[in-house]
Amino acid sequence: MSGEPRTVRGTPLELADLKKGKVFTTAYVPKIQYAWDTGVAIGRYLEELKNGRLIARRCQRCQRTMVPPRMFCERCFRSTDEWVYVQDTGTVNTFSLCYVSWDVRRLKTPEIPAVIEIDGASPGMGIMHVLGKVNPKQVRVGMRVRAVWKPPPQRTGSITDILYFAPIKGKTTKVGTAKKPR
Amino acid sequence: MPNRVAIIGVGCTPAQPTTPYLSFKELMFQEAERAYLDAGIEASEVESFVTCAEDLNEGLSIFDEYTPDQLGAVQKPMHTLTQDGLHGIADAVMQIQSGLVELVVVEAHSKASNILTPEWILDYAVDPVWNRPLGFNPHAIAGLEMNVFLHETGITPDQCAHVTAKNRTNALRNPLAAYPARTAPGDVADSPYAFYPLRETEMARTADGCVVVVLASDDRARAGKSQPVWVRGVGFANDSSTLESRDWIRAEYCRVAAQMAYRQAGIHNPGRDIHLFEVDDTYAYKELQHLVALGLYSRPGDAGRAVASGVTKPNGETPVNVSGGALGMGLTLEATGLYRVAELVAQLRKQAGARQLPHAKVALAQSWRGVPTTSGAVVVLSSE
Repeated sequence: MSGEPRTVRGTPLELADLKKGKVFTTAYVPKIQYAWDTGVAIGRYLEELKNGRLIARRCQRCQRTMVPPRMFCERCFRSTDEWVYVQDTGTVNTFSLCYVSWDVRRLKTPEIPAVIEIDGASPGMGIMHVLGKVNPKQVRVGMRVRAVWKPPPQRTGSITDILYFAPIKGKTTKVGTAKKPR
Repeated sequence: MPNRVAIIGVGCTPAQPTTPYLSFKELMFQEAERAYLDAGIEASEVESFVTCAEDLNEGLSIFDEYTPDQLGAVQKPMHTLTQDGLHGIADAVMQIQSGLVELVVVEAHSKASNILTPEWILDYAVDPVWNRPLGFNPHAIAGLEMNVFLHETGITPDQCAHVTAKNRTNALRNPLAAYPARTAPGDVADSPYAFYPLRETEMARTADGCVVVVLASDDRARAGKSQPVWVRGVGFANDSSTLESRDWIRAEYCRVAAQMAYRQAGIHNPGRDIHLFEVDDTYAYKELQHLVALGLYSRPGDAGRAVASGVTKPNGETPVNVSGGALGMGLTLEATGLYRVAELVAQLRKQAGARQLPHAKVALAQSWRGVPTTSGAVVVLSSE
């Protein structure tokens, strides 16, 4: 027995062999479709997006204003109490510069998903969206941003009714320290 | 069963053909609140959570990520089983019996109305290489099974029709049922074949719904304010499901699961020792096949004779599916087994209203995961 690994001679396979049907393959494309019930909280949220507004729910016990809204508070485990409109401005909590697209293409200009803490909602309470009209090199945590909406006739009641969040010039805030109700 | 475990609370929404007014999270929150109130507990006291859900039914991968908030399970032990809710009960029982925790919540729900292409999900469960390319509707597997089951046992199509008639009529007394209807065996015989010998009215239709169950240790249950129902035995099993060589006659998964549960519960003669049965009737003949596997009849043909002569009606000797079963309540995906548990808990607590059975003290629930599976579970409950 030598220390050399044994070489097993296999059968080389080229793409052409697959095309010629020398190897059996099977393919299947699932045709599964869903239509999810949005329910009370997200239904209202989407309706308000169509109106060009962001709406939140407030829990009286922990005093949090939650966006996206929910009918129950996951911390207090009780029903939330009231609807409150919040601003369409906010502060970048975190972001990423994505140089690889959803379908694994290399991108020269990165996509910039970001969590934006919304003004009027509680600290740490934000929505997931994308940044636009910004130099990727200048994106910072704490950057102040504002929603850029689709024109009203084009809105459908979807998170994409906001095209992107764009910087409010010259403004940066330290995340989590803005004056908001706690 | 050592280290006794009890069900101390149930929250259960009426099964409905559709539930557009609530999201699945809102549905779960509502039933969790109901179950915790029934159990006399706060969500903060629960130590562990089990949800039963299938990603493909939800349209969401890694579904356990979507369940903690609305159950009060944030930053607590929780996991999801891709199984019927009765497997969740077995899971909770093991967690409590091991001494790990004292208070466990089991949840399952259905948003079947949100699945626009249910047949494609069934197709996804069929072997992709040598079965799927044949292109038949997967419900045909039930037609194949029913055909040879009737052939071998001597059970007749008319006896199967009695199952649909009984269960849908029973559902009229159950406010939780989605598909109640006064039905006679003749109505079934007049309905068209879907997958011969299976008729359309012998196939349970899907419904939306949600059930949350709270389980507790012996000490915890005795100290609590709610009326406990005791879990006497749990069992679960799978057979070999290969379509080419499976056992089409006997529901072996059900027999093995039942033996496991009977052993724990000390049940030797199920027909005498158990007073009420809630068994899977996804297709009408399945109720009879499952009753045979549960050991109720020494000759399989007796199952057919029993249903036709009324023995399994609510006022009969051996009531089966007083709730209306899946044919009457609706098939609520992973929640199907828990709807049966909810019925048994109501019966054993004497809270079943118009369908209350006077003498039920020991009761059994059984589930099957539907075509093309050979997966089943059994739970035995008692009031004492």
